[in-house]
Order: sequence, then C-alpha cells, then structure tokens
Amino acid sequence: MSAPLLAVENVGRRFGGFVALDGVTAQFEPNKVTSIIGPNGAGKSTFFNVLSGVLTPSTGSIRFKGQNLTGTRQHKFVHLGIARSYQITNIFPELSAHENVRVAAQAARSRYNIWRNRSHFPELGERADAALDSVGLGGKHNETAKFLAHGQQRALEIAIALVSDPEVLLLDEPTAGMGPEETKDMVALLEKLARDRTILLVEHKMKMILGLSDRILVLHHGRLIADGSPRDIQADPDVRRVYLGQNDGYA
Amino acid sequence: MERDMTVKSIPLAATSSGARKATDLAAALTNWRVLLSIAALCLLPWVLPSKALAVNVLVYGVLAMGYNLLFGYTGLLSFGHAAFFGAGAYVTGIAIGQFGVPWYGAVLLGVIGGGLLALAIGALSIRTRGIYFSMVTLALAQLVYHVALQASSWTGGENGLRGFTVAKIDIAGFSINFLDPVSKYYVLMVFAALALWFVSRILNSPFGAAIEAIRENETRARTCGYDVERTKLISFVLSGLICALAGTMSALHLAFVPLDVLHYQTSGMIVMMTLLGGASSFFGPFVGALAFLLMEDVFSLWTSHWQIIVGSIFILFVLFLPKGIWGTFLARVVR
Repeated sequence: MSAPLLAVENVGRRFGGFVALDGVTAQFEPNKVTSIIGPNGAGKSTFFNVLSGVLTPSTGSIRFKGQNLTGTRQHKFVHLGIARSYQITNIFPELSAHENVRVAAQAARSRYNIWRNRSHFPELGERADAALDSVGLGGKHNETAKFLAHGQQRALEIAIALVSDPEVLLLDEPTAGMGPEETKDMVALLEKLARDRTILLVEHKMKMILGLSDRILVLHHGRLIADGSPRDIQADPDVRRVYLGQNDGYA
Repeated sequence: MERDMTVKSIPLAATSSGARKATDLAAALTNWRVLLSIAALCLLPWVLPSKALAVNVLVYGVLAMGYNLLFGYTGLLSFGHAAFFGAGAYVTGIAIGQFGVPWYGAVLLGVIGGGLLALAIGALSIRTRGIYFSMVTLALAQLVYHVALQASSWTGGENGLRGFTVAKIDIAGFSINFLDPVSKYYVLMVFAALALWFVSRILNSPFGAAIEAIRENETRARTCGYDVERTKLISFVLSGLICALAGTMSALHLAFVPLDVLHYQTSGMIVMMTLLGGASSFFGPFVGALAFLLMEDVFSLWTSHWQIIVGSIFILFVLFLPKGIWGTFLARVVR
C-alpha cells in the first residue's frame, strides 16, 4: 500500500442538531477510483463538500500530501490539487465552452491583473482546447455553454475541473440525468481519467460503480459502515441490509 | 452617429458570409470600442439641442459606466453608488474651495476619496449577497448622505457646496476658458476618454474574465480557484473610482455640489440609466444616460410628474427589453 494522498481523520459535520457526517476516517491512495455510496441523506454530499472545502468540518481533520487542509478556504483547494464537479451542472452558462475552461485555467495563472490582455496567456487557451478535446467536446469550442446538450454540459464541467490538472478529482454524480448512451460515454471518459488520477466518485448507478471502482465506501446516517473492494462490499451483510436490500431500484 | 453608419453599411443577409460579416463587425466594434465611443461622444454637443445636456450625458455616462462594471460585469446590484459620485464631487469642491488645491489635484483627490469610500463600503457589504447586499449598500450610502447633511461647515449642508468655480484650465502653457460650454465639454471629454479606456482595459484583462465568471456562476468561480470576495471587492473599488471621477466632473461642470448627489434617488437613477442603455454592454451606459436625460428634458416640459412617465418606460424596458437600448441593438444587428 502506497502512502495516502488524501486522508480524513474522524471528520464530522453537524448542522444545528443534525449530524450529517459522523466521525469518518479514511485514506485515499494515488491513482485509484473510490466510490462513495449510500442511500439519500447518507452524508455523501456533505462528505464531498468537506473534502473540497465548501464546508469546514465540525470535527476531525483533512490531510492532503501531509498538509493539514482543515479550515483552508475553498478557492485554495483547486490550487493545491483537489478539483471537483457538482451534482447539479455547475458551469458558466453565458460563456462559450472554450471560455468556460479557459477562465478556469486562468485562475492558476492570473486572477487580478488588469494591465494585460487575456490573450497575453495563449497557453491557457491551448490547455482549454486540450481539456475540451479530452472530454469529447472537440467540435463545440465556440458553442455557448447553455446551448449544449445535458451530457455535453456534464462533460464540460469535467473539462473545467480537469484543466487545473488536479491530482484528486471529486465527481458528484457525473452521470446524473443522463441516458444510457451518454452514461456509456461518461464511463469511458472516467476509465481514461482513472489511469493517472485519484478519483472519488459519488454515484447511484450500481453497475457503473462496481465496474469502475477499485474501492467502495458506504455511508449510512453519516457514518462509514463499510470500506472495501467492490467484491467485499457486495458480500457485506450490513451493506446488504441498509442499502442494497432496501433499495433494489439502485442495483 | 458614426457607429450607426458603419453598422448600416454592412449587408445583413442571413447567408453564411453575412453571418461571418456580422461576427467580424461584432469583433471590430469590440476591438475599436474605445475610439468609436470617443468619436461618438465628440459629436454629441453638435447633435443635441443644448451643450448643457451634452455635458450631462458625459458626466452621467461615466457614472453609469462605472456602475456597469460592478452591476453589468460583476453581477452585483448596488443601491449606494450615489455615495461615490457624491464623494468625488464633494472632495473636489472642498479641495478647491477650502484648500486652494489646483483643479488637477482636486480631481485626483476626488477620485482617491471616492475610491477609499468604496473600499470601506465594499469591505462592509461584499460578504452579503443578493437583496442583502443591495440593502447594505443603500444603508451605508444613506449614512454618507446624513454625514454630509450634518457636516455643513464642510459641505454646506442642505444648501450644497459652492464657491469653487474653476474659470480656466491651464495645461502645458495653454489656457482654456472653462466657462465656455464647448471648451468645457471637450476638457471633460478627456476625463471621459480616460474612463472609457480604463474600463475597456479592465474588461480585456484576466481580471475582467474573472469578474464575468463570478457574475455567471459564483460557486463555480470559487471552485475554479478565484477568491470571490477579494475579486468582488476590487471590482467594487474600481467601480467606485470611476463613479468618483464622474462626481469630480460634475463638480467642475456645475461649480456647485447639491446635497442631492448623495440622495438615494441618485443611486436609483444610476441603476435606471444603466439598465435603459444596456447592462454589460460597453457603450450602453452612455446611451442610457442620454435616453434618461432626454426623457427628463422632454417630459418635464409637459408635466412636473415626468418621473411617472420615465418610470413606466423603465418598467417596460425591464420587462420586454432586458438588454436595454444599446444591448438590444447589438444583439439584433450584430449577432
């Protein structure tokens, strides 16, 4: 087992009296795909929000490459190497697909400069082009983002996250709302990305999860109830009871 | 105006070459926006019925343009921009009238004063969002209004600030008669040109891309690695600087600062001008200022309740032409 890239230690988050996440401890190794599953309200989104700095944990700590990230402001996460996508498509609707990705790339290079032109950094445009091509949006560079098809918008959001060349990619239901064809394209894309990146995935499509994941974490009522290979998870009696057994629809 | 002629001379057939020409035209309008705007504004005094109206278009156009940087391009609806306009005007007037500062120093002080006030109000308001942001800016601007009202030994209180007439402007050995309306217009035009260049500079820059990203989707911009609060604050201050410049222009023009410059009606008027002309279009604020001031001139001849008519037209615009006059024109003609 190689050294963990990302580690959470006893991480919890409460909203008033409601405990959304309750003492989760886990390590994530480089270049593996880990899926986080659990029934609705299990704390998956809260877990992602804590891992990406959207929420500060109420308890516990997050370490990334040995550095403590607890309490770090959200916009710094992507500069450190943790990028994410959202469950509900989160793009810049009025901008072109290219500008969506270019402005994301620009955040690492120039954020406050008013004395240069945007075109002064041609490498950002080139990186945006490459990211769009890699997610299969090669012919759509000049399309306004809001006019793209749903699946293309999801791919665009992944290009936005990818252009920062993150070591860890957090993907919150990348196939949400997609039909079978679009899902197949997305799975192929994720398989390609998984070769040299650490991916954390929240998903409901069980077949996809079992095929893609090196490891699965199961959350239930904010607690981590199982952590293992897809095979172990399928055989785990607790998981079968709280998740698979009650929710055949997901399987 | 010159710009319109350029547009009409291009055939607008729906062929692919026509579409490409329209794209070229859009690119040309963007690339040359500063010079085209300056050219259009230089013609203004000779097209409009009075020179005074032309000067007002200049002053309020710069004001609305400064506001548009925050509202149209960063997506923040401030209801307190009268404060920066007023600060620029008062600081300039006080510097000249009470400290004998030469006009150029007074303009500089006015702009800096407005910028510092924007930094203070921005720092206090930027962390709130939506309607709360609007309300905090409104409340803080009202605070500034009441300070100006009370500090009457400095500001003249309700009577406004007088006694700082600039009669001539000396630049590089030339002496320009500032009481002559045409000379005055073109002196103020230099300030407007600087503001146009500065705003265009900002919009072309990486920072301009960052504020547009924040306007489009604040969450996504933050996730991409932009410090949203800091970026908004910088935009707020830049916007305040330009509005303060408009204030100093107004003070030099009128040789008088009425307390009304700080009134919330001024803040409302700025919003209306920007929306009438077209928020997030470069030249729109000037078109909006012109439309508003023309309506005021015409309708106030008919009735003292001219604001009812202007208000109704404004509502119609918000409902049916949300891109404003200039924005709609650009969208229709230059696609």
